[in-house]
Amino acid sequence: MTNGTTPILKVEGLKKRIGKRTLVQDISFQVEAGEIFGFLGPNGAGKTTTIRMLVGLIRPTSGTVHIAGYDIRRQFLQAIRHVGCIVENPELYPYLSGRENLELFARMSSVPTERIDEVVQISDRIEDKVKTYSLGMRQRLGIAQALLAQPKLLILDEPTNGLDPAGIREMRQFIRRLSREEGISIFISSHILHEVQLLCDRVAIIDHGKMIWTGPVDQLLDRDMRVEWELEPIESGMKLLRSLPYVTACEQKEQNRIVTHFSEEKIDEANRLLIKEGIAVTSIRRENYTLEDVFLKMTGGKAGE
Amino acid sequence: MSEMARLVYNELLKIVRKRRMLVVVLILAVLIPIFTYAQARQAEELMKNVGTSDWRTLLQQQIVDAQNRLASSRLPDEWRVMLRLQTEQLQFYLDHDINPTAPGAPTFVRNFIEQSVALFLPLLVVIVASDIVSSEHSGGTIKLLLTRPVRRWKILLSKYLALILTVSLILLITGILAYSISGLAFGYQGATLPVLTGFQEQNGQLVVDHVHLVPQWKYILMAFGLAWFAAITVATLSFMVSVLVRSTAASMGIMMAAIISGSLLAQLAPTWTALKYLAFTNLRLADYLSGKPQMIEGMTLPFSLTVLSVWSLAAVIIAFAVFTRRDVLA
Repeated sequence: MTNGTTPILKVEGLKKRIGKRTLVQDISFQVEAGEIFGFLGPNGAGKTTTIRMLVGLIRPTSGTVHIAGYDIRRQFLQAIRHVGCIVENPELYPYLSGRENLELFARMSSVPTERIDEVVQISDRIEDKVKTYSLGMRQRLGIAQALLAQPKLLILDEPTNGLDPAGIREMRQFIRRLSREEGISIFISSHILHEVQLLCDRVAIIDHGKMIWTGPVDQLLDRDMRVEWELEPIESGMKLLRSLPYVTACEQKEQNRIVTHFSEEKIDEANRLLIKEGIAVTSIRRENYTLEDVFLKMTGGKAGE
Repeated sequence: MSEMARLVYNELLKIVRKRRMLVVVLILAVLIPIFTYAQARQAEELMKNVGTSDWRTLLQQQIVDAQNRLASSRLPDEWRVMLRLQTEQLQFYLDHDINPTAPGAPTFVRNFIEQSVALFLPLLVVIVASDIVSSEHSGGTIKLLLTRPVRRWKILLSKYLALILTVSLILLITGILAYSISGLAFGYQGATLPVLTGFQEQNGQLVVDHVHLVPQWKYILMAFGLAWFAAITVATLSFMVSVLVRSTAASMGIMMAAIISGSLLAQLAPTWTALKYLAFTNLRLADYLSGKPQMIEGMTLPFSLTVLSVWSLAAVIIAFAVFTRRDVLA
């Protein structure tokens, strides 16, 4: 049942209704062994509800979740054994030390205590009580907890939420390393497109409780960038940018600012052309696409705003 | 260690490290000396009023007091019956030459457990029991707890077992502290003192057919057994509330309100006989041993034990049914 071809996580037709409110519906996707899968959607789209159903905290109204081939509802113990997770914030017992927390969970999963030393990364503070930890340290302890039972699938809910830029970078590196070196499949939820683009192999996009797209992350958006120009005079600059064949979208934003979508390598070329035409370029800003750009694209619009 | 033993160990660790037990022990360590002092003072005061330290005179004085109160026309009938029963009992002690309040640590322990079984011990139990499940919700740790390869009912059972162990420990600590602290003031003699028990109540009459003497230590053991039963019922009900309510403050508040109103209602409205089917009016189990009449008619030891058992059983069923099925939402 758990051979190499079985997806590590298979979700089919997942739906949750509470009273008259449908929180999520028609959620279907697969996470293959070894891949990093992004679960992208704005806050309140139903990401956490879905994650809670994946790990058996919430009973779905309909649909199924299989982890390593086991049904999370009917074969809970076999299924959950393969999962390590952090749902929302990494909430551990604040009155216990980091090590005591890990020992507690090790006893629940029948993991030998030697394993604790393999998963901790904050060994200098491990004997301190968790209530003295910073958010970043809690996050790392949360991940240590999730890795304790050597899972095949790691489920992380907004793992970089609340971390400082250094912490975010460190977290990304750590996730990549886990995937590469330990071969763990990783499921990450996020509301930040950029983050999913940086980390994930494939992505599912959810909005208002429904899945709107799933596929490889590089198909999510063409390779174009969002480039913002400040030009003088604006009219002729706009005209010139519009005439370039590689510019896929061009729109005036404010009085002297223009937003364009096109390939990164062409920025230099476009800039030269503008200067040659005697147009003053006061700033060029490259920006990452936001989730809104994706939604716009999905719903037919091409421009960024 | 078996799986259940490891789970219970985890739960005990949480209770201890949350400092819940420490709070309970501190409360006991502060209150028991106060109670000791109160009792010493009370005995002294009584002696001063009567003018002699002879306990027979004290008993006679108490009987005269009660008879005077009985003569008052403003006394409600329920109180009258009870007062008469108490007088009969005091008379019985006097006739058989038994000092019911012979000073000494064992006597203090006996009085303490009799007095604390309905209100004080339940409140201590609530301190530990009311957050045993709700704290996992309010702290968010429930998500980690329920995503382990362990069935939900086993997790809840481990919490319940840990709670029963903790409550038993609280009673043991109460006994030890009450004995050792009061002994400093009263001395430790009196363990073999004969105490009357076996009182029965039938149609408002004290039936003394089965009354007999037991050594005080044996009486104390029996009283603790009954107090344990009452405490476990309180713990079980708190446990259920803790499952149903996600906030620890709410769960503690609900239980305290229930316990206090249970104890007050019986005194306020002894004629409202339906009250005897409530759990918290049946906590005064030790009174059945001492023969102190219950406030509401028709309450006997087997009746109270049955009522408490039914409430506990229902609470356990509800707690498990809800906990194993409920969605863990934010």
